[in-house]
Order: sequence, then C-alpha cells, then structure tokens
Amino acid sequence: MAQTQIQTEPTPVLEIRSLTQRFGGLTAVNDFNVKLMPGELTGLIGPNGAGKTTIFNLASGFYQPTEGQILVDGRPTAELKPHKVTALGMARTFQNIRLWNDMSVLDNIRVAQHSQLGYGFFHAITRSKRYRAREEQVTKEAEELLDVFDLKRYAEELPKNLPYGTQRKLEIARALSSHPKLLLLDEPAAGLNSADAKDLIRLIRWIHETFDVTIWMIEHHMDVMMELCTQIKVIDFGETIAEGSAEHVRNHPAVMTAYLGDENI
Amino acid sequence: MKKYTLNILLVIFAIGLLFAAHFRMIDGYIQIVIMTIGINIMMSTSLNLVNGNMGEFTCGHAAFMCIGAYISSVLSVFCFGSNFGDPLLPAASVVIVFPIILLIGGAVAAVSSLLVSIPSFKTRDDYLAIISIAVNYMIISAIQNMDFVGGARGFQGMKNTVWAMVDVFDGPWMLFWVINFTIFTVWVIRRFISSTYGKGVNAICQDEVAAEIMSVNTDKIKIVNFMVAAGLAGCAGGLYAHIIGYVNPQSFNILKSTEALVMVYLGGMGSLSGAVISAIIFTCLLEVLRSQAIIDALLSPVTFMFPEWEPSAGVIKWVMIPLLLIIVMQFRSEGIMGNRELGDVFPKLKKFYRFK
Repeated sequence: MAQTQIQTEPTPVLEIRSLTQRFGGLTAVNDFNVKLMPGELTGLIGPNGAGKTTIFNLASGFYQPTEGQILVDGRPTAELKPHKVTALGMARTFQNIRLWNDMSVLDNIRVAQHSQLGYGFFHAITRSKRYRAREEQVTKEAEELLDVFDLKRYAEELPKNLPYGTQRKLEIARALSSHPKLLLLDEPAAGLNSADAKDLIRLIRWIHETFDVTIWMIEHHMDVMMELCTQIKVIDFGETIAEGSAEHVRNHPAVMTAYLGDENI
Repeated sequence: MKKYTLNILLVIFAIGLLFAAHFRMIDGYIQIVIMTIGINIMMSTSLNLVNGNMGEFTCGHAAFMCIGAYISSVLSVFCFGSNFGDPLLPAASVVIVFPIILLIGGAVAAVSSLLVSIPSFKTRDDYLAIISIAVNYMIISAIQNMDFVGGARGFQGMKNTVWAMVDVFDGPWMLFWVINFTIFTVWVIRRFISSTYGKGVNAICQDEVAAEIMSVNTDKIKIVNFMVAAGLAGCAGGLYAHIIGYVNPQSFNILKSTEALVMVYLGGMGSLSGAVISAIIFTCLLEVLRSQAIIDALLSPVTFMFPEWEPSAGVIKWVMIPLLLIIVMQFRSEGIMGNRELGDVFPKLKKFYRFK
C-alpha cells in the first residue's frame, strides 16, 4: 500500500518549506515555498533586490536559513556544507560568471567532479590502479561533455580568454559535469545580446531534454522566461506575489505593480 | 623512453654527485652548499604549495621545519645517541631507522599544521598571515621553554647518528639522504598537484566559493594541503638538524620563514620548477655574497668615494638580497617563472621528458 503511494507521488527534486532569511533587520526572504517535481523547468522572477539570488544561495547551502526547511531529493540540507548539498544532486551557476580562470577548460570540468573522485591523497601520490581508472574515466566524461557542448576545441584554453557567451556555456557545462538532478541557473542570459539569448534558449531547452535534469532559473529577460518555463514564480521583497503559467503571470496585477509601479501614484 | 628521461638523468646526476663526494672530488664546503640547496628546495617547493597553489599567505613555514628538526633530533638521540642514557637501538640499524625518524618528524610537523589550517577555514589573506606568524612564535617559545631539549641553549648529539652511518659504510651519507628526500619532495608535490584531487587546491585559490559549491570539500583539501607542506618542511628540518649536528630554536625564527617566502616569490607563485630554480639561485647567491672579496669588489665604487666606510659581508648580504627582491617585484612581479612550469616556457623541452 505504502509502496504504491510512493510510486504515484514521486519525491520532489527540491522542496522548500516556509523559508525565511533575515540579515540583521532586513527580511530578505519571507515564508517562501516551492516544490519542484522531476523534469520541470521553472522560473523565478522579481524586480532587483527581491531576494532571488538569496533563495538560490540558501538552496545551495551557501547560507543557513533563519527559518524553514530545504529538502533536496527528499533529504534535508540543514547544517550541510555546500559541497555536501552538491553531492546530493544539485548544481548551480552564478550571476557573475565564476569559472576557475587559470585552469584549462578541461580541468574546470574535471575538478567539478571532485566529490565523485573516490580516491584520496595516497592514491594520487602512488598513482594506484584506482587512481588511474578513475582519472581516465573523469577525463573521458569531461571530454564527452565538452564534445556535446561543442567546446572541445577550447579544451586546453584558459576560460578567461574565451568569449563571454562561451564562458556562460562553459559554466553550465561545468555545473552539469557532476551529474546533478537539479540545475539552478542564476541569470544565464545576463549580459548576452538578443542573438546570443536565442541560442541560450535553445541550449537550455536542449539540456532539459538531453540530460534528464530539473531546471530552476532566475532571469530578467521576460521573453526567455515566457518561452522556456512552464511554471513561473514571482517574488518581491522576499514574498511570493504571483505564480502560475507564463501567460497568467504576465497579466497578473500584482506583477504589473511590482515591475511598473502603482498607477495611482 | 620519453617517460623515463628525467628519472634517468636524475639518477645519473645523483650517483655522479655521490661518487664525486665519496672520492673527495668535491670538498666538504661544496657538499654543504649542495645539501643546503636541497633543503632550500624542499622548503620553497613545500611553501609554494600553500602560498602559490592555494593562494593563502602564510609566513611561518620555519615553525614546521623547527618541529621536524626537534622531533627527529630527539628520536635520533634516543635511538643512537648518549644524551638520554644508552642508545635504544643497535648502531647497525641506523641506515633503515634514519629515514623513518625523518618521516616521523615530518608526520608530527604535519599534524602541527592543524594550528594554521583550522583557522584557515574562516580566515584568509592578512589575517591568516598573522596567525601563521603567531604559530611560528608559539612553537619557538614552547621549545625554548622545554628544558629537556636544551631550551634556548639548543640541542645536540645528532652527529652520533651520522657517525653510526659512517661506521656502517664510509660514504657521504647526509648528501645521499638530502638528494633522496629532495627528489621525494618534488615528486610528491608534482603528483599531488597534477591529480584532479590536487587541482582542488588551485580551484580554492582561484575562486573558493565556486570550489565549495562545485563539490570541492574545501576544508578537507586545505587540511591535506597544509599537512603535505608542513610534513615536507618537517623532513627538511630533520635533515638540517643532522647536517649541522646542532639545533637552536632561534635558527627557525621569522627570518628563516622569510627566506622561504623570498624563494617562493622569486621563483614565481604556483610554479614548481620556479621554486626549485629560485632555491638554487638563492642559495648560491647567499654563498657568493658571503665572500668579503666579492662584496668589496661590488661596492668598490662606493668605498672609493667613502674610504672610511668598511662594509662587512655579513651585513651587506642582507641589504643585497632584499634589494634583489625589490628589483624582481618591481620589474618582474610574477617571479622568474611566473605561474608557469619549465615545459610551458620552453615547449621544445616537452618533447624530451615527461614529468609525472
């Protein structure tokens, strides 16, 4: 009986229950709830300073929440260090690109699999059998990933020498290298022109289909969001003001007020 | 073939050096200089692991050398000396026991590095530099106040161990161990840093937040990295103690740490071959500037103008070397190699060797 119930109701990849975060007197996030089911592509929008990135930082374990609960794949992440949260199956990108700029592109991808290496210092020193097998596999996977992302010709380049759009792409590839179930994209289209943004929409849709991954993204480009996301959540001043389909959100009066201001003023 | 060229060259070089020393082709002074170069290579490459590869700024590296020196000295005197009563072990076992003693000294130094690595979870940069200086002072003061190892008077008796080795076979034993441990140090560091596991250290240096979120256990990697660096410095300290035959806490003060720092910055941060090259240059320079004749010649234009000034080599040396550092920082702030290895600077070399 219990088993059938589990099968009919899959565990959400990410569940956030009444999350509140206060920085001193400022309530950055207030009573935030979300449930992401496997395979969803959800958006999170809101004006500047609404608390979107704070929610991502909380979800990835970078901040410990003041109140509330975060469950990744059914397991609570309270008191976990960010690398442990990542090991549970979450990966993210950053609003301002944070690649390791003095390591080759290939190494960027390889090091992101650090928690899955499965060998330690003494294996590395003695170049043991396990070390060689794992290293070979990690390199192979990294090369395959670069190949599908069409980045293979940059494998030995340093990321800082790549064009901006390629760096964005590389950061997403790096996030995917740890085989996440959930991918958090923090403004992937920031700083891209409209042609690049179109490519990015294609890329995200393709990732969503190919890698069997749940995506949750923050974005300011409304057209990107409208085209990609099935569900959108709008927050302002840390509170959820609207949620639903793209069409519903676009015409929601609270969203209009938050973005354009109150017409009575 | 390419895989082994470097190993073969190193073995030939080491055997040649040992033969030359054994048949008195190079005198004791040159031997001491070569051994100092070896120890300085160990110090600079191990400090480079923390200051270069991990990008933390620590300036108390001599503290770990001190711990290694004292632990291995005390053990060696216990086992083969007469300060603490009869020797524990038969003199013939010294050849096997001696490297173990050095490694134990290194291991204790590695554990003591927790004094710096645990604060490094939360602090960075200047604050960590202050902590590392504090640890350096703490360890020196602690040893100064331990009477059974001689306190401020220093500790001796390690020569018995060296003589015991000479009794087994009359050869340049200390040179042999220095060469072995220097190669061991460079080998360990190279293998550590070129593995994906060790590249986590570089990731921490370049973006610690990204490293933590991209699944690198930063705290653990920091501990491991500090332990490797401190452990190798501890081995260097043990060798130093047995070459000189006498240790004093004040020989591991902030000046010694600064020497290691100078070598790292001279060679180029994060470059292993740079650290080796700069250790060689730095040691040779120290020795050359020790000569009064050379100092007199270098300063002859100045002394010609001020005939009553008589510079002494011991003082001028410590004007020249910081001056060199200023010049290097001004005109080539990335150091001799500048974050690149020998193979990157001379790509043709890569055809002839592989260093893994």
